[in-house]
Amino acid sequence: MGTGTGIGRVRGLGSAKSGAHHWVVHRFTAIGNLLLAPWLLVSLVRLPDLGFETVTAWLSSPFSAVAMLLFVVSTFWHLRMGLQVVIEDYVHDEGNKFASLLALNFSVIAAATLAVISILKIAVTGGAA
Amino acid sequence: MARNSNRPLSPHLQIWRWGPAMLISILHRATGTVLSIGGGVMLIAWLVALASGQDTYAQFMDCMLADEGNALQIGRLNIIPFIILFGISWAFFQHMGSGVRHLVLDIGAGYELHTNRFWSIAVIVGAAVATIALWALILAR
Repeated sequence: MGTGTGIGRVRGLGSAKSGAHHWVVHRFTAIGNLLLAPWLLVSLVRLPDLGFETVTAWLSSPFSAVAMLLFVVSTFWHLRMGLQVVIEDYVHDEGNKFASLLALNFSVIAAATLAVISILKIAVTGGAA
Repeated sequence: MARNSNRPLSPHLQIWRWGPAMLISILHRATGTVLSIGGGVMLIAWLVALASGQDTYAQFMDCMLADEGNALQIGRLNIIPFIILFGISWAFFQHMGSGVRHLVLDIGAGYELHTNRFWSIAVIVGAAVATIALWALILAR
């Protein structure tokens, strides 16, 4: 086993067996976004106005609520994976990298949960306070 | 990790001659980051305002929409929300276009030099056209 380069140290050890998972899920969520983001854009443009009654009436229909939930899950999962790669590429110090990834995961999960609860509340109550 | 510092490193951005494929690759990452942060914050703010009831939503819309007689407005939007939303919409079309390009490249197609160059330019032009068309549609209402 070599000691010079990274590739020299790992050559011959075989696959880590998990390397492709991140890559494949990034593509799955990309295709999810490709279906759901145009749906959201077209839905919003087609609404007669963006007033409270109009938007809550639209979002409280089961189809819109479910599509919106799927949109949030797909985009936030996708952006979590994308920003993870950005951090791994540019933050080289192990401690800073760990802290950055921790902050990324916490904030993305918190933000997505906030969105999910908001959508569920509108879907269930129809926007009534 | 121990590393021999005498070994050559891959040269960074400033060394390479710019081309469409390089530009679109950098834009994919930049627009992805912009969408993650800008788009994420705007989406959450909108949904939370909506779920918090009529008064909170009215306050949110009040920040976005211009008052009567405000000089700095585009359509009914204040200038700053307009710039943010315009930027997010461009980043969306650009990232979606280059994302589809990546899915095509992932199945092994589109690496021929002229094909690669053509689609790189097409995505950049297409995203700009789609952004302008979207806002023409919105502002014409």
